[in-house]
Amino acid sequence: MIHSLFLINASGDIFLEKHWKSVVSRSVCDYFFEALERATEPENVPPVIPTPHHYLINVLRHRIYFVAVIQSEVPPLFVIEFLHRVVDTFQDYFGVCTEAAIKDNVVVVYELLEEMLDNGFPLATESNILKELIKPPTILRTVVNTITGSTNVGEQLPTGQLSVVPWRRTGVKYTNNEAYFDVVEEIDAIIDKSGSTITAEIQGVIDACVKLTGMPDLTLSFMNPRLLDDVSFHPCVRFKRWEAERILSFIPPDGNFRLLSYHVSSQNLVAIPVYVKHNISFREGSSQGRFELTLGPKQTMGKAVESVLVSSQLPRGVLNANLNPSQGTYTFDPVTKLLSWDVGKINPQKLPSLKGSMSLQTGASKPDENPTINIQFKIQQLAISGLKVNRLDMYGEKYKPFKGIKYMTKAGKFQNDCHLLVIQKIAG
Amino acid sequence: MLGMSANSVSYNEQGSVESGVDAAQENSSIPGSISSGGAASSLFSADYKKNEDLKEMLESNKESLKLEAMKRIVGLIAKGKNASELFPAVVKNVASKNIELKKLVYVYLVRYAEEQQDLALLSISTFQRALKDPNQLIRASALRVLSSIRVPIIVPIMMLAIKEAATDLSPYVRKTAAHAIQKLYSLDPDQKEHLIEVIEKLLKDKSTLVAGSVVMAFEEVCPDRIDLIHKNYRKLCNLLVDVEEWGQVVIIHMLTRYARTQFVSPWREDAVFDENSAKAFYDSEEERRVDQSKPYIMDPDHRLLLRNTKPLLQSRNTAVVMAVSQLYWHLAPKHELSIITKSLVRLLRSHREVQYIVLQNIATMSIQRKGMFEPFMKSFYVRSTDATHIKTLKLEILTNLANEANISTILREFQTYVKSQDKAFAAATIQAIGCCATNISEVTDTCLNGLVLLLSNRDETVVAESVVVIKKLLQTQPSQHSDIIKHMAKLFDNITVPMARASILWLMGEYCEHVPKIAPDVLRKMAKTFTDEEDIVKLQIVNLAAKLYLTNSKQTKLLTQYILNLGKYDQNYDIRDRTRFIRQLIVPNEKSGALSKYARRILMAPKPAPVLQSAFKDRDRFQLGTLSHTLNSQASGYLELSDWPAVAPDQSVRNVEVVEPVKETGAPALSKSKHAKSNEKFYSDSEEEDGEEEEGSNSEDSSSSSSEESVSESESEENSDDSNKSSSSQSEKSSSESDSEKKKTLKNKKPQQQKLDSKDRKQKNGNAVKVESRSESESGSESSSSESSSESGSELDSDSDSGTDQKKNTKPKPVQSKPVIKVEKKEVSLLDLDDFSPVPVTTPKSSILSPNLLSDLQGLLISPTASALQASSPVFVPETSHELLHRMTGKGLSAQYRFTRQPCIYGNSMVSLQLTLSNSTDQALENIHISEKSSTGQNIHRFNAIERLEPQASVTVSMGVDFNDSTQAANFQLCTKEDEFSVSIQPAVGELLLPITMSEADFTKEQGKLVGMNESSATITMTPENVSSQSVNRKVVSVANLGVIPSGQENIYRFSGKTVSSGSLVLVSVVLKDPDAVITINTEKTVMGSMLLRQVKTALTNSGP
Repeated sequence: MIHSLFLINASGDIFLEKHWKSVVSRSVCDYFFEALERATEPENVPPVIPTPHHYLINVLRHRIYFVAVIQSEVPPLFVIEFLHRVVDTFQDYFGVCTEAAIKDNVVVVYELLEEMLDNGFPLATESNILKELIKPPTILRTVVNTITGSTNVGEQLPTGQLSVVPWRRTGVKYTNNEAYFDVVEEIDAIIDKSGSTITAEIQGVIDACVKLTGMPDLTLSFMNPRLLDDVSFHPCVRFKRWEAERILSFIPPDGNFRLLSYHVSSQNLVAIPVYVKHNISFREGSSQGRFELTLGPKQTMGKAVESVLVSSQLPRGVLNANLNPSQGTYTFDPVTKLLSWDVGKINPQKLPSLKGSMSLQTGASKPDENPTINIQFKIQQLAISGLKVNRLDMYGEKYKPFKGIKYMTKAGKFQNDCHLLVIQKIAG
Repeated sequence: MLGMSANSVSYNEQGSVESGVDAAQENSSIPGSISSGGAASSLFSADYKKNEDLKEMLESNKESLKLEAMKRIVGLIAKGKNASELFPAVVKNVASKNIELKKLVYVYLVRYAEEQQDLALLSISTFQRALKDPNQLIRASALRVLSSIRVPIIVPIMMLAIKEAATDLSPYVRKTAAHAIQKLYSLDPDQKEHLIEVIEKLLKDKSTLVAGSVVMAFEEVCPDRIDLIHKNYRKLCNLLVDVEEWGQVVIIHMLTRYARTQFVSPWREDAVFDENSAKAFYDSEEERRVDQSKPYIMDPDHRLLLRNTKPLLQSRNTAVVMAVSQLYWHLAPKHELSIITKSLVRLLRSHREVQYIVLQNIATMSIQRKGMFEPFMKSFYVRSTDATHIKTLKLEILTNLANEANISTILREFQTYVKSQDKAFAAATIQAIGCCATNISEVTDTCLNGLVLLLSNRDETVVAESVVVIKKLLQTQPSQHSDIIKHMAKLFDNITVPMARASILWLMGEYCEHVPKIAPDVLRKMAKTFTDEEDIVKLQIVNLAAKLYLTNSKQTKLLTQYILNLGKYDQNYDIRDRTRFIRQLIVPNEKSGALSKYARRILMAPKPAPVLQSAFKDRDRFQLGTLSHTLNSQASGYLELSDWPAVAPDQSVRNVEVVEPVKETGAPALSKSKHAKSNEKFYSDSEEEDGEEEEGSNSEDSSSSSSEESVSESESEENSDDSNKSSSSQSEKSSSESDSEKKKTLKNKKPQQQKLDSKDRKQKNGNAVKVESRSESESGSESSSSESSSESGSELDSDSDSGTDQKKNTKPKPVQSKPVIKVEKKEVSLLDLDDFSPVPVTTPKSSILSPNLLSDLQGLLISPTASALQASSPVFVPETSHELLHRMTGKGLSAQYRFTRQPCIYGNSMVSLQLTLSNSTDQALENIHISEKSSTGQNIHRFNAIERLEPQASVTVSMGVDFNDSTQAANFQLCTKEDEFSVSIQPAVGELLLPITMSEADFTKEQGKLVGMNESSATITMTPENVSSQSVNRKVVSVANLGVIPSGQENIYRFSGKTVSSGSLVLVSVVLKDPDAVITINTEKTVMGSMLLRQVKTALTNSGP
């Protein structure tokens, strides 16, 4: 299974290595660097790179390459999924997963990696278990440890490791018992230049923050469970119950976790909450181009569209853009040719617009690519699919918890770290 | 040196890697610590000094300093710096109480032990001790580290530790054992056979925690031993949902392979749809002809697997979803396949790397079964933010999905892609269009026209790619497309990409008859620029010239000659060769002979059109979801997925019988033979070891005993074994005699038993034969012979007490003890490397070394004044007997038992019992015996059946029970001719001990070794009448079978004993402090310790005799 792990930063330095079996020389990463050089973009490095004696499987997150070295046949997704889990754990522990954070906490990182894999096979990846084995570093604890000499390493095997509910620790106690659920939906859509939708999909997740004492057993039911076309669950959810009754029944992990992710079938008509009017033109022979863009809300059930961010990759021939936004601010990067416009909130009475001219390279012919426009936005208190939670019940404990459910719709994400591309408009 | 820690910021510039270390340093303001920052990069001397400092810190008394040093060392390791010279300093801290420090030392050890093998051995004993810690986390981590230290010399110790841990009560420890199996296997593949035994045992484990890890070990060590899975197949299927996600992946992959060997193909009915596997198609056709009347019925086990994996498609873990998908792909009937589609498409919303793998697999699937993914075509539309390799894969899939119905949609989508700013992607799109055009004849013309339009594109790569694709398309139907060729000729001047230019030239030459006017003109132009062209273009110029010379020599003769002359002096030898060849071929002269006659036919031969096909066409030879599939080449360790068997193997092998240990079939029988084999090997090994030393010095005693054995085994065993045994057993004896005092002390335990041996053996052999004949009826003669050989193998050990147990233990079950001498030898070879270096270290095969014994021995070896642990006779034998069977329930037969507190004659690990049977009826009872079937795991030595018990008579018989050092009751059936009565014997903890005597000094020393978790104590208030020394002694020995140690101090009483089964020391001391008394019990068997404590407590607090 996983032989070694190398962490490589954006500038190509190996800043951490960990071996679970015999030491593999870091020169094996040279094959990775070769691939990195060949790739035009950081994302273009192939995830699996064969070398004469090893195979390198890498993931790129937070501008750090996590390169796993393996020696023999193993399902590649196994490794990839694990590496992402490592990143998630780091993020969970240190708040951010950056090179600096990893270096600052190198000992904790090492202890974590030691617990997560044994001989290259995952041992404990459940965050609740890890947190009992190795306490996350906090400023207070660091100070206390320095003074008292106590450690942040647990002495007992976490009870969860052995129980049937490995995701929950025992003896959880809160004075305020609360359970919050966020229904967050994202729209992925491609709209062509005439404004008709090519594809539109809604993906949703229910993220939970559960702080309940003891061993609560929760059930969550929906008003319209049929909307959910394809679901994937946190391991705590009882699948049989869902199959039979379309009810989510589970003993929740303690703290934050993703209960459910779902997909609303594309058969259902997706109402796109925002529209774009645009006019981007270049005249043949002239070094000037016109740029006009107007945004407007549509079908938002009266909810405000917020945090709107428009971005567009302008053609390479564009030297500069001189634009005038009716609200918000815009930036244009003459090197990457990326135009981004931070609109803010859309006011239906006064639609935001961005107008102006672009200067083109003199002598260059009219660019023939069509710039795509990506839009990102948020709508609070609205699940665009219409999904509604019916009720949340708790069994197994006596107290009355505080329950809260929040809805939000936002622009889709294609990669975890990049919330950019929402509505892709092929203009032209 | 001292001041450097003050400001770490300045170092961060140089080596920001150090910042972690520096930050940690700042937090704990240690006076005199040095920054490891800039110094590291500067000089070796600085490096050296820095490590000196770490060494000092490690050797200090302060825990915090040590911890700090370790943290910095871990920082060094993380950066890949060499910290190996600190090994001696670090390894000292391996036994630290501070758990974090200990863990960091473990990290260090695992990293460097391989390089510093000798020093690493120093730490081994710590782990061995920790292996017996009551805290399961500590046991597990000790095993983890011990097995991670890649030092070949400790292989035997690892083996023992694994075997021990495999039977641990904690599933977490057993899981660790499963991981350790793989580590040991990679360290020493020779251990395979024994590891397989452990794997087999662990496969039976019912804990979900263990399942994934042991299957992983199985896959790594013995993936071909599919027979081990049979019995566990259903259990694995049923557990699967509850196994942790990583284990699920491994188990699913394994079960996929398993199912392909065990079930018949479910694809018969609809094999027709399977476009690609023509072979399968024909097979099934034949099949149908043969048994047309018999429709396919899926094996229920096959269905079980499919049913139980289906919910996992909803897992959040992408690897699990992919694993289930591939399982369905390879195992499910084709019409059930569609359920995986949605889940796979869902995975496309995950991370980029996940998309990459999933898309690859979809690409392979979509070639064979378009229908699966067609409804989701839009999910494969390319987004501008996709990485290039994702885009290419999506394109591949879209091309595969294209059919007459959707081609227009796809082509429209492709048009957008061609305009993409990513030119490599645009080029790939053009290729894809070409593919669609050849695959779907309706759109060939449309595509061709579209491509021709692209020729006027401003981007060179796009144009070049179009030319290449057009060339391929034209080859399929050249006659109608002279316009296009002409158009391309016109474009020729503007195209600079060599590949495109070469393609156009080739087209000109190939179809020069369609464009008779243009072709010579192109050649004329090329003659001018020949020297400036790329090699690939030059070759095509030569080709074009040759073809034109043959078709139109009037116009092109001179041109051709000119070009051939240029080519003759070209720098590239390929071009020179080609020129020479062409000249000889086309220009007739005397030397060229017959060949030039055929020149036209050679050069102008009609060429088959290239087939444009997917790069994923042949990927289905690999199992989906594997690394090999991703790379499209076989990765090391790839396990081939076998074809479906034509006829399903016996289904009954998967039947799991209700536990009836004697009547095991199938896999267990096989394992028995393995077992036997390993035994043989064991002995032949030992022969190698000892034979040289001891050849031919057989003593009368041992040879006679072995010949006795050979009677029972002669049918199956080779004669040579005979001498092996005698010589090896002989050598054991003589070596132990000659060697040293310490061994003598061990020997002392034996003589009393040896007397009994021969008689004992006879009985056992009788038993063994019985067992054999039973197993024979089940599993054929092979197993019976192997059975007997294993039987006789273990026989040999009986003087060192393991064999007896194994006898009746028909299940392969861990045996508690092992040949003592062997252990010692191993220890010697471990520590005295020089003396014994050539001796191959053999591992105990059939039996497990009891850890306590091992540590005892270690104690012996390390201290020259070995303590004399001498078994002694019991101080006190209680007369009380316990009821086993009341005469009411026993229909007149009553039975009572009492513990004799004597070493059991039937086996060293057995507790001796006396059974009094009386008949209170008025008829004689016949054939009173204990049933062969034992419902619990205990080993019971039965008394010989009593043929007849007269009315009102009673008889006393003795029996032995191996309680395995636990107070779990032994249940068995007491039978008469007519009836069976279930009875059980519940031993008190004190009866599981045997007294030993030792000196007071030894007692204190042993007690010193068994501290910490091995010690339990309590304070009680004594009743006044108990305070006298006599009463204390009496009370304690009545509760437990312990020996009294003469005490020098008045108020301290000491008692010692060992557990019957494993021989662990049990030390009890009672310290009187008026009016209180402190009872302390030291033993490795902590459970027993605490139980014993409770009983002693009650005994001492109760008044009365």
